[in-house]
Amino acid sequence: MNPKRMKLEPYLLLLPSTIYLVLFFAWPMIQAFSLAFQTDDGQLTLSHIQRMLNDAAFSEAILTTIKFIILIIPIQFILALVMALLMMEHLRGSNFLVYIYAIPLAVSDLAAGIIWFSIFTERGYLNSFLSALGLIDKPFIFLNYTTPWPIVAVVLAEVWRATSIVFVILVAGLQSIPRDYTEAAEVFGANYLARIRHVILPMLKPSIQVALILRTLLAVQVFAVVLALAGRGVKVLAAEAYRWHGEYRNPHMAAAYAMFILAISLITALFYLRALRSTEQSVL
Amino acid sequence: MKKFIGILMLGAILMGLLAACAPKTVIETVEVPVTVEVGVKETEIVEVPAEELDYGLVTFISTQGVPIEEAEAMRGVVLKDFPGQVEFIGSEYENFEDTILAEVQAGSGSLDVLGALYGQYPTLLDAGALQDVGPLMAKLSDRGIPDAVVELGKLGTDTQYYIPWMQATYIAAYNKKALDYIPTGADPEALTWQQFSDWGKNIYEATGDKKLGFPVNGLLHRFLEGYIYPSYTGGMVTTFKSPEAVEMWEFIIDMWQYVNPQSMVYGYMQEPLMADEVWVTWDHTARLIDAFKNQPNDFVAIPAPSGPMGLGYMPVAVGLAIPVTAPNQEGAEELISYMTLPETQISVLREVGFFPAVDVEYPGYIPQGIRMEGEAVALQAAAANAVPAMLPVGLGPRGGEINKVYRDAFDRIVINGEDISTVLAEEAVILQALMDETGAPCWPPDAPSVGACQVK
Repeated sequence: MNPKRMKLEPYLLLLPSTIYLVLFFAWPMIQAFSLAFQTDDGQLTLSHIQRMLNDAAFSEAILTTIKFIILIIPIQFILALVMALLMMEHLRGSNFLVYIYAIPLAVSDLAAGIIWFSIFTERGYLNSFLSALGLIDKPFIFLNYTTPWPIVAVVLAEVWRATSIVFVILVAGLQSIPRDYTEAAEVFGANYLARIRHVILPMLKPSIQVALILRTLLAVQVFAVVLALAGRGVKVLAAEAYRWHGEYRNPHMAAAYAMFILAISLITALFYLRALRSTEQSVL
Repeated sequence: MKKFIGILMLGAILMGLLAACAPKTVIETVEVPVTVEVGVKETEIVEVPAEELDYGLVTFISTQGVPIEEAEAMRGVVLKDFPGQVEFIGSEYENFEDTILAEVQAGSGSLDVLGALYGQYPTLLDAGALQDVGPLMAKLSDRGIPDAVVELGKLGTDTQYYIPWMQATYIAAYNKKALDYIPTGADPEALTWQQFSDWGKNIYEATGDKKLGFPVNGLLHRFLEGYIYPSYTGGMVTTFKSPEAVEMWEFIIDMWQYVNPQSMVYGYMQEPLMADEVWVTWDHTARLIDAFKNQPNDFVAIPAPSGPMGLGYMPVAVGLAIPVTAPNQEGAEELISYMTLPETQISVLREVGFFPAVDVEYPGYIPQGIRMEGEAVALQAAAANAVPAMLPVGLGPRGGEINKVYRDAFDRIVINGEDISTVLAEEAVILQALMDETGAPCWPPDAPSVGACQVK
């Protein structure tokens, strides 16, 4: 084969995805960046960022967003890990379990929010169920903004909706661990928990890293579920960005919020990449 | 041999494809109306130009009639008799604006007719997206559109930019179950906000339930700007931090004890009304209409309550405009003319719940629920102490930001419990900056000003 053409080939193969990324990711990102830091006349300014920092909703939105990250991710990880380990035991019907676990993946986040709203609303399924059991004599208002219930509802909905993403990644990771390692550990007398602690989890690190990055990014952007379940009662960063663009019609402020979300996402991704370095990487 | 099999295979594939493409034979009995022409000699030849029967494809984008059922009613009923194919696109405001601005920037477009709220047009006008529809307005002068409504279509200029299409407003509503608890001496058709709140208090004390409701996740900002502020302070912007405003916020805090805490999620009050979660409420007529239509015997439409300074209310005007990039100019003008016909206006009222902008007689087949809403709207506008409040047009593209000020004040004072005077002083700075930066003069209910409107 022509050696010259050989050299060109990899680039040609990369070209379509590069064009796609530049057009639909890099270009809008640059535009958002310039919106956030420019006035209408194109002069550089920090006034939008300043206004965002002083925005009445800003600090509350950050706090709630962080609250969601702290509450949702550990629950999802423990659940997904248990589910994945269960899968790996190759019990009867465990293949069927994968399909069950994967159902919520097919539901859009807004639809998931609406489903959970119909459960938690004053005349919803949960209240009908509780009153049918005779536990309550009048509906309990779960989505009451003066109580922590809306947050609980959002956490539940998010756990239901997105645990399977973590699960799928962890199963893929578990399947790539050769059985020899766990069998060797078993020979040396390690019990199940010790095998998980000293063999499986360390070998699973790359998958955990991917799953953590993905989940945290999604948690920073959490939006539709919150909107459907808590409306104005719970403020998150992505919803504020949306309102500044959609309702208050100020693209500069919306871009400032979007840039802030991007910054948090980058920082957390970098943090995970450093904190969960696998052994080969740290040797290098 | 191999070749032979190959040819056979190819033949088989071709046969398969042909069979798949072949039309299926279905036997159907069709009744064809047959017109028998009798040979009568005509002496006069009437010329009927073909284009009068078909105005071709007219694309109509609207920020009203967006919910699926309303959009379907627009396509299937309201627009059905237009001589041409109307593509109706219901669009949320943000997409509406972005699409039109993009088309104007590109210099060519696909949209022929725009339908939007009075307050949504200034941005488009600013971008040079709107045609002068003065000549068309003159042609439609026989429709009986009130002058004040026509004047709104000029958007504060001397040129007509939109043709009035329909109107709406916000009213109050109650469930008949609540009547047992109405404060003594209160007339439901002439409530004060204090009585509205006491009503909620009576229900709460008797049943333990908070049965007042507000669309906090919907149009609550209109309640603040167009209803409670004018009712308590007589103004919207100038009186933002006045002593009367402080009293008003104290009133809202007090009333909020009897408001269903799930109000933070409510977008359309018809749903919690029908779900029995809320008994007494306030919202946009189009967002209450389903309750009146579906259960006209359970719910009653009433004018919004009044305050010490009168009955503040916000009329909602919707207009039709033609973008400068409209590809089908003639079709666009014909469609607007069609939309302002009394028959079309009645069909809009019946299907979508918006009230006519033109002079019409209500026929008998209008459902009771809509009739009732119409009466409440008329009562409200005709109230002796009515204080009409308009949407800001002078703010141009920044018209949305004023809502943020009122909403933030609400969140901070009522939800977070911050000090009223501090919040009002801080938010007034933001409000004033908005007025100064846009140079917007005061609009009703505030008295006209020279230069930018000033918060007193």
